[in-house]
Amino acid sequence: MHNKTIAELAKGLRSGEFSSVELTTAFLGRIKQHSSLNAYITVTEDLALQEAEAADARLAKGKAELLTGIPIAQKDIFCTEGVKTTCGSKILDNFIAPYNATVVDKFNSAGAVMLGKLNMDEFAMGSSNETSYYGAVKNPWDINTVPGGSSGGSAAAVAARLAVCATGTDTGGSIRQPAALCGITGLKPTYGRVSRYGMIAYASSLDQGGPMTRSAEDAAIMLQTMAGFDEKDSTSVDLPVPDYMAGLSNSLEGLKIGLPKEFFGEGLNSDVAAALEAAINEYRKLGAQVTEISMPTLKLAIPAYYVIAPAECSANLSRFDGVRFGYRCENPVDLTDLYTRSRGEGFGKEVKRRILMGTYALSAGYYDAYYIKAQKIRRLISEDFKKALSEVDVIMGPVTPSTAFGIGEKIGNPIEMYLSDIYTIAINLAGVPAMSVPAGFAKGMPVGLQIIGNYFAEGRLLNIAYQYQQVTDWHQQAPKGFE
Amino acid sequence: MSLTADDVKKIAHLARLGIEEQDVVSYAKDLSGMLDLMARMSDLDTGGVEPMAHPMDQAQRLRADAVTEQDNREKFQAIAPQVEAGLYLVPKVIE
Repeated sequence: MHNKTIAELAKGLRSGEFSSVELTTAFLGRIKQHSSLNAYITVTEDLALQEAEAADARLAKGKAELLTGIPIAQKDIFCTEGVKTTCGSKILDNFIAPYNATVVDKFNSAGAVMLGKLNMDEFAMGSSNETSYYGAVKNPWDINTVPGGSSGGSAAAVAARLAVCATGTDTGGSIRQPAALCGITGLKPTYGRVSRYGMIAYASSLDQGGPMTRSAEDAAIMLQTMAGFDEKDSTSVDLPVPDYMAGLSNSLEGLKIGLPKEFFGEGLNSDVAAALEAAINEYRKLGAQVTEISMPTLKLAIPAYYVIAPAECSANLSRFDGVRFGYRCENPVDLTDLYTRSRGEGFGKEVKRRILMGTYALSAGYYDAYYIKAQKIRRLISEDFKKALSEVDVIMGPVTPSTAFGIGEKIGNPIEMYLSDIYTIAINLAGVPAMSVPAGFAKGMPVGLQIIGNYFAEGRLLNIAYQYQQVTDWHQQAPKGFE
Repeated sequence: MSLTADDVKKIAHLARLGIEEQDVVSYAKDLSGMLDLMARMSDLDTGGVEPMAHPMDQAQRLRADAVTEQDNREKFQAIAPQVEAGLYLVPKVIE
């Protein structure tokens, strides 16, 4: 059961082959069996079984949607009413969300079953899932390596078949990078496509939620439910949501693919490069035309991002002050002590590093040199994307410079960790959508192909990924021991 | 550019963020490394470029000035560290 796609499971639920309670019970069993991966922070067993019973009743009435009765899991950044929502942080270890994120509400209305809340880097700040207060997540392909981050729990859970699919969020690569390192499909939609309401903010102008699944078809089904205008999110975009399933089988004949030369230079592991080359050749066989392009500002994405994201983070995280919710230090002597110690004891080292960086970049005398300069570079990067995407339909390249690195290998060197985001970060600055698609293996570890499209071209990206998945079976492979 | 231990303490105070005395030096080193990374931004001439705060250059949407939220005080205060009579409690501010 756990290897089936959403469409296959929906069919099985309707034909009576299995019930949602049986399906949910099977997944809960797998979660227990593989708890050493540390993919979940909270397993909501009782709630899941209640939701499964309700889904079975709805199925019996013939009022089900595709996701009704399907066991999914939420990244622990999405608020879930009545359920602990930690964002991977000690400061929210006691936080029971008083309301649902819009994304959670949408899955609830579709009748999806929530298995639990997934581990993540603290406040989504990290590329390895090692900054979580709840400990590192293990990559099911090799438990000595990281699953990537920040949606590391989501990627590990989907790859290990501990959920049919999961939500993730992507501020600088946090859906695509773990998807690539765990061999699953991940989509970061256009900024504004999916509501951010109830999704705990890290960098508000970059954060975007999206689906993490085993296939492009499953991603289309998930995105259909997640996407759409939301009045409660002031940056939500009011555009109709197309039928993502309808376009999946469109032909790729004449598709123009651009390969930025800046993506294939020094720093890219040669085994990863070889896997990508083979994937791009598959696209040639499917009728695509491939040309080299140049995007000269890409190299400035990391410095600009590490000004903008920490600046926004330092403002967003000021709400965690020990007054209204979350952790409060013991016996504060005065108000400043209450703030300072609650935050100091509640946040981990990486979060503190980014708050300090952001505070500095926004402080008097440095604002123009750092923050405004970074925003100017952001515009130039976004113009580079607009120009490239007026010449080609999609841009392809790597997601990560190498396959999954070892647990403990980079955590002591934050700058080196930041540099591993080199291929994903510019996309968030521009706000365009991008996917990671399983594209083979290098020395037994998964490699992801990145496909970047124009604003609101999620349907086209899913189509391009889907067609590749019709002629390859990388996305169907399961890590050993999790088949 | 490099930051000193004193700089880090000043920034931490601005952010009301407690940091352990033994970590100050390592934060100074990490932040200095980040600043070196950022110095690369000066490679690019950005004269005449308008700063971009939002991917779609969208203006914030306005809504009608109408009551849309219910009173959730009890629900929200149920998860607060310390409340009394509907008020959030903090250490005494005024003597």
